[in-house]
Amino acid sequence: MNKSQHKQALLRLGDDALILGQRLGEWCGHAPALEEDIALTNIALDLIGQTQSYLSLAGSLHEDDTQTDDQLAFHRIERDFQNLLLVEQPNGDFGDTIVRQFLFDYYALFRAEHIASQVFDIDAAAIAAKAIKEIRYHADHSSKWVIRLGDGTDESHSRVQKSLNKLWKFTGEMFTVDEIDIVGAASGLLPDLDSIKTKWDSAINAVLKDATLKRPEDGWMQKGGRSGIHTESFGFLLAEMQSLPRAYPDATW
Amino acid sequence: MSDTKNNWPLWEVFIRSKQGLGHKHVGSLHASDAEMAIGNARDVYTRRQEGVSIWVVPSESISASSPKDSEALFDPANDKVYRHPTFFVLPDEVNHM
Repeated sequence: MNKSQHKQALLRLGDDALILGQRLGEWCGHAPALEEDIALTNIALDLIGQTQSYLSLAGSLHEDDTQTDDQLAFHRIERDFQNLLLVEQPNGDFGDTIVRQFLFDYYALFRAEHIASQVFDIDAAAIAAKAIKEIRYHADHSSKWVIRLGDGTDESHSRVQKSLNKLWKFTGEMFTVDEIDIVGAASGLLPDLDSIKTKWDSAINAVLKDATLKRPEDGWMQKGGRSGIHTESFGFLLAEMQSLPRAYPDATW
Repeated sequence: MSDTKNNWPLWEVFIRSKQGLGHKHVGSLHASDAEMAIGNARDVYTRRQEGVSIWVVPSESISASSPKDSEALFDPANDKVYRHPTFFVLPDEVNHM
C-alpha cells in the first residue's frame, strides 16, 4: 500500500465517523427524551473524537505538507469525502436513526477490532483500541433500542421494520471490496471484508431475532460513497457542517 | 407508575465514585426499564468520570420520611450530646481520632 492509499484508508475511517457524528449531532435538543438526547450526542462526541484521531493521522500522510484534521473535515468538497452512504442518510424518525446506527455499529466494531490488532500502522491500532470500548457501548445502545422498538408496540414494530427495509440497500457498500480494500487488506491495515461480513451477519441476525424483526432480502445495493459519489442530502449536511469554518477560517472558541 | 402513561417511569440513580466508597444518590431520570436506566445513568451522570459503579432504583420503591414528622423523628436527638463518643479520655498513643 503506497502512502496515498494509506491516507485514503484512514480518511475512510475518519469520514465514516465524522459524518455519522454530524448526523447524530442534529438530534441535539430534538431527541424524544432528555436522556436519549444526551445519549445520542454522547455517541456523536465519541465519533467526532475518533474522527479527530483518524483525520490527523491521515493528514500526516499528505504528499506535500501536513494537513490538519480541521482542514480535512471542513475544507474538502463533497467528492473528496469517502464515507459510506449509510452514515450520511438523514435522521428521519427515531427508528431510522437507531437502525442506521445499529447497522453501522457492528461493522465499525469488527473493523476496529481488526485495526487494533494489526501492526502495519500502530498509530491507527492505538486509535482503534480506544475506539472499541466506545463502539461496544454504541452497539449495545442501538441493539437494545432495536429490540425495544421491534418487540414493542405494533406501531413501533412496524415503523422500525420500515426503517430497516428502507436502509437495507445501503448495507451492501460496507462489504464491497475496491482497490483500497484490496491493498489495505494485503498490508494488514484493513480487514478482509468477507470475514467482517460473516461476523456482522451473525450479530445483526441475533438482534433482529430478539427484536422479532424480519431481515430484508439482499436486493439491489446502493453504493458510491467510497468513491465520492454521495446521496442528495449530503451536500446540505456538508454546507451546515462547514459553513462556519469556511466563513471564519481562523475562528476559535 | 405515578407518571402519566406517556412518560417513562422515574428512577433514582446512585453512583459509586471510586472503589471503597459507598454509592451516593446523584439524581433521577426516566427510563422504560432497568437496563435503559443504567444506560441513561451512564450517559447523564458519568460523562466526566464521576463513577465506577451505578445503581438504579425505581423511584416508587423508595419510602421517604415525611417532613411533617421531622420534629418527632429528629428533634429529640438535639439535646443528647452524650450519644457522641466524645467523652472518653483517649490514651496519648491514639492520635487522630
